[in-house]
Amino acid sequence: MSLKGKRILIAKPGLDGHDVGAKIIALALRDAGADVIYTGLRKSPEYIARVAVDEDVDAVGLSLLSGAHNELVKETLEKLREFDGEDIAIFVGGTIPEKDREFLRSLGVMGVYTSEMELEQVLRDVERALS
Amino acid sequence: MSTGASRTASREPRVATPSGIEVPTFVTAEQVRTDPGLPGEYPYTRGIFRDGYRGRTWTMRQYAGFGTAEESNERYHFLLEQGQTGLSVALDLPTQCGLDPLDPLAKQEIGKVGVSLSNLAEMETLFADIDLSRISTSFTINGTAAMIYAMYVACADKQGVPREKLTGTIQNDILKEYVARGTWIFPVKPSLRLIADTVLFSNRETPRFNPISIAGAHVRDAGCTAVEEMAYTLANGLAYVDELLARGGSIDDFAKRLSFFFYVHMDVFEEVCKFRAGRRIWARFMKERYGARDPKSQIFRFGVVCGGASLTAAQPYNNIVRVGIENLAAVLGGAQSIFTCAFDEAFQIPTEQSAEIALRTQQIVAHESGIASTVDPLGGSYYVEWLTDRMEEQILAVMREIDEYGGVVRAIEDGYIQLRIAERARERKQATDSGERIVVGVNRFRREDGAAGVSEIFTLDPKAADGIRAKYEAVLERRDAGAVSRTLSRLSDAAEKDRENLLPYLVACCHAYATVGEMVRTLVRHWGEFDEPVRL
Repeated sequence: MSLKGKRILIAKPGLDGHDVGAKIIALALRDAGADVIYTGLRKSPEYIARVAVDEDVDAVGLSLLSGAHNELVKETLEKLREFDGEDIAIFVGGTIPEKDREFLRSLGVMGVYTSEMELEQVLRDVERALS
Repeated sequence: MSTGASRTASREPRVATPSGIEVPTFVTAEQVRTDPGLPGEYPYTRGIFRDGYRGRTWTMRQYAGFGTAEESNERYHFLLEQGQTGLSVALDLPTQCGLDPLDPLAKQEIGKVGVSLSNLAEMETLFADIDLSRISTSFTINGTAAMIYAMYVACADKQGVPREKLTGTIQNDILKEYVARGTWIFPVKPSLRLIADTVLFSNRETPRFNPISIAGAHVRDAGCTAVEEMAYTLANGLAYVDELLARGGSIDDFAKRLSFFFYVHMDVFEEVCKFRAGRRIWARFMKERYGARDPKSQIFRFGVVCGGASLTAAQPYNNIVRVGIENLAAVLGGAQSIFTCAFDEAFQIPTEQSAEIALRTQQIVAHESGIASTVDPLGGSYYVEWLTDRMEEQILAVMREIDEYGGVVRAIEDGYIQLRIAERARERKQATDSGERIVVGVNRFRREDGAAGVSEIFTLDPKAADGIRAKYEAVLERRDAGAVSRTLSRLSDAAEKDRENLLPYLVACCHAYATVGEMVRTLVRHWGEFDEPVRL
């Protein structure tokens, strides 16, 4: 599997401080060949969208465990459109209830992942979406 | 089954604890080098009290709470009527991060994972008609612990309750926030000052209050091993001790008020020996390095939580068994207080039924199992004494490694510990994915049909957040603006002077209804914010 040449931003929107999942994914993507940028904690959707566009990334992975995913993902997508970054693929990971996964996909999110999914499967999924 | 084949193989497979300590097939008397001594005697390997749980059983402390101050107040009244004497306050993320309700970053999270306490008026509502001299209150608060504690003192002042009657706990452990929980605000060094100021002020003004609970639980749940959990926590504890001494504290005054908090995961003997080793190491440091003379300053008091990352969303009823086993390990390890997670916590807000089973688990262990009848019943077991020694060596080795790096402050500022934990978390994930680490129901004995997902997580009524914002604005209208700016400017001056204890100034700000956000921003102007290292 290779994500060589792909630029991916891993971001933590909102105030939730649980960053293990974000970091595990960031390390795994990096080792699969991607160029990974991690924002650190407590970033606004606007900041994330700005960095994504400025850094010219192929994808953004948003990690959320606070329950505020619906609002924050929606806002990030709106900001991306505002900054002409609508071609950037969005993935979401975290504590996402079943009923919200459909909603997030309907917004245009490419994949929604939880902690019990195998890493390899997530990587394959991202690779397919970006190829 | 492949067991038969592996038995006849020429080499036995390597068996190790989750921290990587190789476990012998059996341990002999000759391999035990340390005499564990007696319970209640230095270095307290076997427990901090001579009579163990006979004198007093552990505290069963269940954590809960969310919503508005009014709702929480109602709930507290109910609990107190039921005979509960301790309250546990969970705070929303904006309060934990020092953001007022109107801050744009706070928008989605007001009142979400706990109550919003932006100023004294909210706390007065929270504790309306509750006599603060008769209850013990525990606040899970770190980045803004000094402000929330100051607010509690101001609230007591307003009620006419003498400060020395206040009992309770604030977590107030910022070092682990940088590593795992994330509610930091200021850079590391001024944060340490604020914590030391809180502890010293509390020792003097509210001597029955526990002003810090040094926690390994969050780094453990984030992915590190039991050895690392204990090592990082002890190292953080020593950093606080050094700061307290540097700010004029005396070891025998403050050390007796330090307490600790850990996770208990599934490897029973490793957990038990982690606590036995931790007690021994802490006592030795306090006595030998810091010259603590009072035995109360040498004892290692700790609470635990059973569950967390060891629980699974798949086949959730299995978690009842896991928590039961972990509860057993916590008692055998001599915990002073225990929180047992509900079996459904891995995927939803616990129901009344699952919360009740969690509490009943503790009561069954306490009253039916008989394991609390004698102190440290595992003491003298060849394996347990051997493993306690191994854990002690390994914990000390990790602590030395941090020392060699330049100490915890530097290791955190550089992101060294953060990266190490991320790598550990990834190793654990890979070991689970590959099946090397067996998790029943997840990668072994799995049922393809009943995959449980996240069914429900708490979402606050959006109107409640509007209500909180409206109340906040009303307080801004009503308060004496002159008093607010005077107290904030005194706080600002005091922050300039390194020798000044900031707590009296924070209490004065709270009395004037200055908000948490205002106090935080005043200090940020002097200290700046933590520059999060994002090393990968």
